[in-house]
Amino acid sequence: MTGIFEPFHFAFFQHGLEAAVMAGALCGLIGVYITLRGMSYIGHGLSHSIFGGFAAAPLLGVNVLLGAGVWGLLSALAITAVTRRSRIGADAAIGVITTASFALGVALLSKFGSRGANFDALLFGSILGVGTSDLLLLVFSLLLAITVFTVLYRRLLFATFDPEVADVSGVDVKRMDAILMSVLSLSILATLTIIGVTLVAATLVIPAVVARMLTDSFSRMLWLSSALGALCGGIGMYASYDLDIPSGTTIVLTNALVFVIVLAITGGRQLRRTAGMDDHSDAPAQVAVAA
Amino acid sequence: MSTLIDISHVSFGYGGAPVLKDVDCRIDAGQFTGIVGPSGSGKTSLLKVLLGTVKAQHGSVTRSPGIAVSYVPQLETVNWNFPVTVSECVLMARATKRLSPWATATERADVSSVLERLGIADLGKRHIRELSGGQQQRMFIARALVRRPALLLMDEPTSGVDVGTRHEVLHLLDDLNKEGLAIVLTTHDLNGMASHLPHLIALQQRVIAAGPPSEVIVPDVLEKVFGARMEVLMHLGMPVVVDSGTGMLGVA
Repeated sequence: MTGIFEPFHFAFFQHGLEAAVMAGALCGLIGVYITLRGMSYIGHGLSHSIFGGFAAAPLLGVNVLLGAGVWGLLSALAITAVTRRSRIGADAAIGVITTASFALGVALLSKFGSRGANFDALLFGSILGVGTSDLLLLVFSLLLAITVFTVLYRRLLFATFDPEVADVSGVDVKRMDAILMSVLSLSILATLTIIGVTLVAATLVIPAVVARMLTDSFSRMLWLSSALGALCGGIGMYASYDLDIPSGTTIVLTNALVFVIVLAITGGRQLRRTAGMDDHSDAPAQVAVAA
Repeated sequence: MSTLIDISHVSFGYGGAPVLKDVDCRIDAGQFTGIVGPSGSGKTSLLKVLLGTVKAQHGSVTRSPGIAVSYVPQLETVNWNFPVTVSECVLMARATKRLSPWATATERADVSSVLERLGIADLGKRHIRELSGGQQQRMFIARALVRRPALLLMDEPTSGVDVGTRHEVLHLLDDLNKEGLAIVLTTHDLNGMASHLPHLIALQQRVIAAGPPSEVIVPDVLEKVFGARMEVLMHLGMPVVVDSGTGMLGVA
C-alpha cells in the first residue's frame, strides 16, 4: 500500500494532482457548452492559437500568461464573429484563424527561439510544470466558470439550444457567445501546462460526450461531465507519475478509456444522443415520429 | 383595429442580391396572415424584418410600442437530440427574468398552465426527441405563448409534417387566433395550408397580391409568384390549385 501512496508524499505530485483534477473538472464543465454548440474543434484550435500567443508575448515584452490569454481571447472572438457574420462555418473559421496563429507562433520560435517558456510542457503537458501561480489561475478559472454558468444558466442554455429564438426573446446572444469564449480561452490557458496544446481538445470533448451518453438532462450533463473530467484528470495524473510519460497523454487516454467502457456498457445504444453535437444543421428532425 | 407592425417600402438583401424590393404590408391586432411564395421569394426574410432580427436597407418598419412578438422556428432547424425536456424547453421563454437556474413555483405553474392549454400537459417530463411532429410544434407554440405575445410569427409551421399533423397545427392556430392572438406564418403549401387562412400575402421579392385566398390564389397571381401557369378550382368555397401541366393537385 505504501507504494500506491508513495507519490502523495511529494509536493510536486500533490500540486500536479490538484491541478489535474481542477483542469479536468473545468474542461468537463465548459465542454458541455462547446460540444452542444457543435464547436468541438474549437478547443483544439484555440489551444494552438494560444501557443502562438506564448511565442509572441515575450517578444512583445508582455507577461506570457497575459499575452497568451489575450491572444487566445481575440482568436475566439474572431472565430465567433466570422461564423456569425459570414457564411463560413465554425469549423472553417477555427481552421483558418487558429492554424494561422499557431504557424505564426512556430515562425517566431524558429526565428527568435523560446525565451523562458517550457514548450515541451506546453505541447504535451507536464506533471513538473505545475507551480503555485498555475494552481491559483486554475482555482480562479474554475470559480469563475462555476459562477458564470450558474448565474447565466438560463441565458446560456437558451442561446446554445436555439440562438435565433433566444435573440428574439431578449437574450443577448452575442454577449453570451463572448462570455463563453472568454471563459473557454481562460480555461485553456489555465490547463495548458497540465494537458498540453495538442491534447486539451480531448479533455473538452470526451467527458461531455460520455456524459451525454449517460443522461438526457442538461443540468445532470453539466455536473456529470465535470465529475468525469475531474476523475480522469486525477487518474491520468497518477498514471503520468507511475509510467513516467507526459500528463496530457495519460489524462486523455484515461478519458478515452472511460468513453470505450461507457460505450461497451451501453452497447452503443446511447450514442445517437450525441448526434447533432457536431452540427445542428445536420440534426435529423423527427417530425412525424409517433411518441 | 390597432396596427402592430407597419412595413413601408422596405427593401432588403444579403450581400448584393436583393431579396425584398419595395415591400409594403401591415399587421393588425388579431390578424391571421400567411405569406406564400416559392423558395427564394423572400418569405423568411420578410418574417425576419417583422421580427426585427434583420434591418431593412431601405424603407421603414414601425412597431407598436411595447408589443411582445414571439417566434416559432422551422422544426427542421432544431437539434432534437439536445438534452432538454419539454418543460425545460418551454421555460426557456423566461430566460431573461431571473439569474437563478432554478424555476420558481410561479414559473412552473405558468409552464404547466400553457402546456395544459395546448394539450401536452402530460409530456412535460419527456425528452424533446420523444415527441411527434404535432407535439413538437405545440411545444414551441407553448414556449412562444409563455411570453404572452400580441403577435406570433412562424416559419413554415407545417413543412415536412404529415397531413394529420398539418390539420392539428392549423386547428390549434385557428383557436389561438380566435382568442385574439395575431399570427403571421410563411408557407409554400397552397392547398394544405394557405387556402385555409383568412388572409394571404403573395410574395415574389415584391408583394404581388394581398387579400383573402379567393383573391390571391388565382392563376394570374400564381403565375407571377411561382413562374408557372396553374389552374384553380373552387371546392367548398376554397380555392384548390391544380398544376396545368400534370393535372395534379399543386403544392408549390
